[in-house]
Amino acid sequence: MSSLDQFIASAAAALGLPLEEAWKPAVKANLDVTLRHAATVAEFNLPDDAEPAPVFKA
Amino acid sequence: MAGDGAWASAAEIAKAVASGRTSAATVVDATLARIDARNPALNAFTAVTAERARERACAVDAAPDKAKLPLAGVPFAVKNLFDIAGLATAAGSKINRAHPPASRDAPLIERLEAAGAVLVGALNMGEYAYDFTGENVHDGPSRNPHDLSRMTGGSSGGSGGAVAGGLVPLALGSDTNGSIRVPSSFCGIFGLKPTYGRLTRARTFPFVTSLDHLGPFARNARDLALGYDAMQGPDPDDPVCAQKAAEPVAGLLGRGLDGLRIAVAGGYFRQGAFPEALEAVRRVAKALDARDEVEIPEAARARAAAYVVTATEGAALHLERLRKHAHDFDPAVRDRLIAGAMVPAALVAKAQVFRRWYRARVLDLFARYDAIIAPATPCTAPRIGQQTFLLDGVEMPLRPNVGIYTQPISFIGLPVAAVPVPLEPLPIGVQIVAAPWREDIVLRVAHTLEQMNVAAAPRPL
Repeated sequence: MSSLDQFIASAAAALGLPLEEAWKPAVKANLDVTLRHAATVAEFNLPDDAEPAPVFKA
Repeated sequence: MAGDGAWASAAEIAKAVASGRTSAATVVDATLARIDARNPALNAFTAVTAERARERACAVDAAPDKAKLPLAGVPFAVKNLFDIAGLATAAGSKINRAHPPASRDAPLIERLEAAGAVLVGALNMGEYAYDFTGENVHDGPSRNPHDLSRMTGGSSGGSGGAVAGGLVPLALGSDTNGSIRVPSSFCGIFGLKPTYGRLTRARTFPFVTSLDHLGPFARNARDLALGYDAMQGPDPDDPVCAQKAAEPVAGLLGRGLDGLRIAVAGGYFRQGAFPEALEAVRRVAKALDARDEVEIPEAARARAAAYVVTATEGAALHLERLRKHAHDFDPAVRDRLIAGAMVPAALVAKAQVFRRWYRARVLDLFARYDAIIAPATPCTAPRIGQQTFLLDGVEMPLRPNVGIYTQPISFIGLPVAAVPVPLEPLPIGVQIVAAPWREDIVLRVAHTLEQMNVAAAPRPL
């Protein structure tokens, strides 16, 4: 079992999400693509004081 | 209105009804008959509100101010994520059909009807709008009027099919990552994705609140403008909706290109494009005399960030439904949402920080240019059920990649008109993109391209 498989099993349990055996390959493929997209964003260096797009106003 | 009326514009219908040359009741009866005849093949409608439409048409005909209604007697239909009083808002799902019927129409429906338009029904869509194909496992696929074996594009698939198929001259849809612009491209019609926050989203079923927009489809730019003008204005029921008074654009369309500086998006927006997409952009650029090519900075990363925000906010919206009704989802949607729930929050926060940086860089470009043109989709309409396509010679899954050119634009909420270029055998769309709140520019350019016979909604054979 790969580390991503283990992560998926643990995350499903922690989130209380059902995860049938037959769904696992597609969930894994989707998570893998999303994490790769997320990595390309996260590796882009921005200053510590860069603000996120959504701005809460009290 | 020549012929069977199927190809009559909203403007022509409104003029004919307002002047008394025809009645709203006649127009609506003909529309309902066309839906009866053609919808079995197109599968664009999931509900037809015939009784309500006939009553509404009679009310328009009896209205003392009929002559002043800009959309008098214009039939329209809405993606089935809009609340329609008396119907459960399905949002393309099986699960939501168990919801109680909506008690009131969505405000965009109310605003169109206040302008004289007549709602005739609800339209097919990809489940919960997480879709670029227009396919739906519960309702069946919406079918492309130019070739019934092909996709409409999604997720506003029924909206694209209903307008391109001549069932209605005006439809509403939603666009989170491209769901107005993709069906406009595949079906060969005009679509407007306004600025994020321009049109109220109240009483519609959401998908990704950070990215959700609503907007109109039509067969010409003037009809888009008429519908859009009727729907503008603030609404306290949608916290994202801007506190801006309406800024009508229909009267500005005739201004042409005078003074507009227009560039073509290069780099990322040429990669992966099929020859048809490049040819459509070439024709539009030539007509607009757009010679400069600009690089939208970090567009690939913007698309990646939009992907992450979509997967995770979508998952948050549906978390409880995934726990309780996982078997009632479209399996493809379910598996994407489950994966989205597992993405670490730190990565999502990074995407939202990047979004602000990217917005500032792209807005810098609009100091030099009033509009930027880009392909709407990499290809013309694929076949229904097609799973993969070749992007730059690499076989890629089709479903998530149809929106590669739309996602970096909606990610920062820029207004876009998708204009159809009538290539043979299938049309394809081009995006006209402007700075926030400049819908007037994108619609002016769209209208001018129509006058030049470069953009047109081809009538299916």
